Amino acid sequence: MDGRRSFGPKKTGRAGAAAGKDGQRRPMFRRRKVCKFCSDKIDDINYKDTRLLLPFVPERAKILPRRISGTCALHQRKLRVALMRARQLALIPYTSE
Amino acid sequence: MTRKYELVYIVSPEATDDHVTELHTQIDGIVQRMGGQIEKTENWGRRKLAYEIGRHKEGTYVLEVILGSGELMKEIDRRLKVLDTVIRHLTVRVDEAQEVIERMKARRSATSRRRRVARGLPEDRQPGEGQRNDADDDRDDRFDMGM
Repeated sequence: MDGRRSFGPKKTGRAGAAAGKDGQRRPMFRRRKVCKFCSDKIDDINYKDTRLLLPFVPERAKILPRRISGTCALHQRKLRVALMRARQLALIPYTSE
Repeated sequence: MTRKYELVYIVSPEATDDHVTELHTQIDGIVQRMGGQIEKTENWGRRKLAYEIGRHKEGTYVLEVILGSGELMKEIDRRLKVLDTVIRHLTVRVDEAQEVIERMKARRSATSRRRRVARGLPEDRQPGEGQRNDADDDRDDRFDMGM
């Protein structure tokens, strides 16, 4: 998987479906989100590295919030700076239509 | 006071390669004159812009790593603003950030070594050691965001 990791809350569809059948509420399983930069040990969040940054700009080209991506506060700050620099250089868009 | 800066500028797509090299020599001239030094130059070539800049849809990107003073960068910035062939430029000071990164790397490897020694393993990772890549969610792409 070339840096195209999936973010966002992961719910297993099966757990939700099973809850309705036998009336028993199983707690919804949510994958614990981890910071990509911490787990991959990426120290340098560089504005030139679009391959690294692109997964954090969804279609609307807004910066993916921490709540969704699971990035830690430190890395989100660095990421934000890198993204804004990349935007100035037209490496990534400010917005898309 | 020498600092390290990265300068990226986008040259208009109409400009020829000669234009780009001439621009580079011009910048080099300023750098030389003000007691700086160009450490590295990288031409990224012609790239598509993520958005239009003054009717341009693509441009030639050039990166220069410059050692010099703040005044030098100010002068370059002033010159680039005037030029029509340069449609966008960005200067970033990198020396301090790089130091921080070095420190983080050093600290990380130091802790990993200490822990390895504590576990009675050789200091450095041996080839073929370690877990296989964490890819247990390969097949469940149902809730992946379309990215």
